[in-house]
Formats: sequence, structure tokens, C-alpha cells
Amino acid sequence: MTFSTSSGPLRALDGVSLVIRPGEFVSLLGPSGCGKSTLLRLVADILPPTNGTISVAGEAPAIARRRRAFGFVFQDPTLLAWRDAEQNVLLPLEIAADGRNPRERAQRLLQLVGLERFGGAYPWQLSGGMRQRVAIARALITEPKILLMDEPFGALDEITREYMNLELLRIWDATRTTILFVTHSSPEAVFLSDRVVVMGTSPGRVKLDLRVELLRPRDPAMKETVEFARHTGALRRALAGEMKLDA
Amino acid sequence: MTAVNAVGRAVAPPRRASPLRGLVPALGILALLAYWELHIRVFQVPHYLVPPPSVIAQTFVAEWPTLQRNVGATVIEAAGGFLIGNSIAILLAILFVHSKTMERTLFPIAVAVRTVPIIAIAPILVLLLGNGYAPKIVIAALICFFPTLVNMVRGLEAVEPSALELMRVLSATRRQTFFKLRLPSSLPFLFAALKISSASSVIGAIVAEWIGADVGLGYLIIVSTFEFRTGLLYATTVTASFLALALFLAIVVVERLIVRWQPDAPQR
Repeated sequence: MTFSTSSGPLRALDGVSLVIRPGEFVSLLGPSGCGKSTLLRLVADILPPTNGTISVAGEAPAIARRRRAFGFVFQDPTLLAWRDAEQNVLLPLEIAADGRNPRERAQRLLQLVGLERFGGAYPWQLSGGMRQRVAIARALITEPKILLMDEPFGALDEITREYMNLELLRIWDATRTTILFVTHSSPEAVFLSDRVVVMGTSPGRVKLDLRVELLRPRDPAMKETVEFARHTGALRRALAGEMKLDA
Repeated sequence: MTAVNAVGRAVAPPRRASPLRGLVPALGILALLAYWELHIRVFQVPHYLVPPPSVIAQTFVAEWPTLQRNVGATVIEAAGGFLIGNSIAILLAILFVHSKTMERTLFPIAVAVRTVPIIAIAPILVLLLGNGYAPKIVIAALICFFPTLVNMVRGLEAVEPSALELMRVLSATRRQTFFKLRLPSSLPFLFAALKISSASSVIGAIVAEWIGADVGLGYLIIVSTFEFRTGLLYATTVTASFLALALFLAIVVVERLIVRWQPDAPQR
């Protein structure tokens, strides 16, 4: 994927150029207002770029969107309250009018995210972490090549978040999708990613493109190693320049 | 030494037995009726001014055929107005949500219609539409229309921005976005409006009957007032109140059947 875009009279992004290889797990890290969510929305064709080009799986975002080349996970689960978990997971297939054994596929994905027994539960009956799992299953049901995640665990508590990180790596391993993951947590970015792209503010731009040299599979114990600290240290220094008194 | 020593079980207190909870409001109403009855007997208030509950109950039984004949007309007018007024309001709300131009053009007209007092417009409609059901249905519809329009527009627009982004990512058509997202999320708002207009449709029908009718609860109220049949007047009022209550409860039942996703406890 290649980006080089800018958006709006307030330049949200300027001179951002980024290539992500298939199967890669890339995190976008930066303070609030650095345009990382904007970048994700450009890739997803939620927002149109003012100028510049984006290609998703070799196509323009609008075409990729209609081909269901990517799935999107929002910060809040965005589940429809009147549908149970299974019906929420089925929504993309209903909209795509894709009738190839939908219930079986939904069941398989609920199983993948560890919710096989909760297909009939309504969103208000599920915990925050469980709702976000349903959202991940929904994003995966169209079998997308790319998963775009906008701070998906940002609203979860620390303990749940750590658990969801491990779950996400397991799901990524099982599905082999490319993941573009937006976060403002350095440890989360290092723990999950192959690469961490640090973005700066006003206008949003790439400050550092760090390759994470930790072995896979990742283990939470790695967070206590010197190697891990070296990575988060590099990210912290790149982010430090972005700290402002008025921020 | 321990500063805090937490050992124990948390058990929810048992809910109060439900028969007792129903009994308390019933006792309140009974006490009020008993006082009413006693006050009139002790102070010897003439029955043509204020009849005691016992006389109202007797009238209710004695005049039941009359009440029954008149309540039928009011039910037709109120229900007809309710259906027509709310249907138009829902369709207009859908139109407004899809076209801001239409909203800007038609919404001031809707407000203008709302500002005309129903009492003032009723004689005009009777002159225009005659003495039958038509003017009553139109007035009941007018009274139902506005709250539903406002609530339905709000309901259709009360969609989380991220839910709209989701529909965009899923490449949903406008039609799919409407039926799978906007319409279901507007239903709690719609039912709130329908509960209001269920009671107002009865008011609309009765007010319209005051102007010119030869049947209906409103007609009966006028006639019994002029003829000093105060017992019948009170019995008619009670009937009108029960009619509005019945319509309201019908809406509550339909809401329970359709809007099943809202738990009784507040969400989150």
C-alpha cells in the first residue's frame, strides 16, 4: 500500500508515504490529532484524500471497499443493539447479499474469537472485551485481505487489553491477514507489530518507521526484556519531540 | 494488623413481593375514593354539582348502553386519527432525513400547523368536512402528527457516527443503511411519541365532537352538562379516561413485542 496524501484545509496529513506488505502487522503510533485515524479512514475510503494516491490490495480504496478487501474495527464495537452477536457478525454478508452458508461461517468466526457459546447474546449482555471480539468477527466474515483497526482496545481496561492483544495475535496467526493497527500505546504497538510507524502532529507525518526485532510467537514475558525496553525507548524518543506544553 | 479485611459474600437483597407492590397504589386510589364519598355525604354536597363515586358507578351501570354506543364513535375517530396522523408523520420524517431541502421547506409549515390552536381549527374543519367522522379524524390526526414527526426525525438521526462509518465500510446502499440501521435505532423514539399521541388522539376526537356531532363521548359530555345529568357527565369522563389508557397500554404492549433489545436496567 502506498499513501501520500493530504486532507482538508487544516492539513491533517502531509507527505505521508507508507508501504505495507501482505501479511504484515503494522502499527500507527502517535499522539491524539496526529492524523493516524484519518490515515486509516483514507485507506478505508471513509474519507476521500485531497490529493495523493492510496492503493489497497492493488486497487483504489473505493474499489477495494466494494470488493470487501478490508475489514474495519472501530474504537467502540459499534454493534447494532437489536441484533444478537451472531446477527451482528452476519451483517456484512447480508449487505453484500452473500448467501454462501452464512450461519456456518458466522459460527466458525465466533469460535475463532472464543464466543461460540454467545451467538444468541445481545450486545448489552456482553462485556466490553466480548463486544470487541464480536466486532472483530464481523470484520473478518467477508474474509478480507486487510484488517484495519482504529484503537480497538483503547476503551478496555488494562487487564482485558493485555488479554485481547494475545487473542488478536492468535487470530492474526489463524487468518494470515494484513493488519494496520492504530494505537497510542507504545508497549501495545511493540508487542503486536512487525513494524511501528510513529506519526507526528500538525500536519500529520511519519517520524519514525521502526522494525520490531522481537521473535514470534510473542509472549507477555517479553515485555520485561531489555530488547522490549530498547524498542519502546526508541518510540518514546521519537514521540518526545511531539510533546507540547499546550497538548 | 490489617487495615482492611474483606471476607464475605455479596448477595442481592430479595426483591419485594410483587402483590404488595401492586396493592399500594390501589390502596391510594381506594382511600381517595372513600374520602370523596364521605366528604359529599358529610357536607351534603348536591349530587348535580358533584356526584359521589357510588352514584357515578350506578350511572355507569344504568347508562352502559348509551356509553357503549357513544364510545364506539370516539374509538373510530381517535384510532383513525392516530393511524393517519402518525403514518404521515413517519413518512415525512423519512423524507426529511433523506432530503435537507425538503426538511427546510416543509418543517416550517408543520410548525405553523402546530401553532394553530386545535379548538380554533375544529369549527373550520367541521364547516369544511361536515358533521361526520371526517373532521374528527382530521383533528385527532393533527394532534398526533407533530410529536411523532419531531421524535421520529430525532430517532432517525440518532445514529452513532461510527455506525454510519460502518455502513460505509460495508458498502451498504442508502436503502440498506435505512432499513438495517436508521429505522431500528429510531424505534424507541417512535414509541415514546406514539405513547404521547395515543392519549392526545382521544382528546382530539372529543374536542372535535364538542363542535358538532350527534354521537361520541364529546357529544355526550356536552349533552349531559346542559341537561345537568352530572352522574352521566362523570361516567363519560371516566370512560374517556379509560379509553385513552387502553390505547396507551396497547402501544406499550406492541413496544414490548418489537423493541426487545432495550434492557430494563440502563445500558452499560
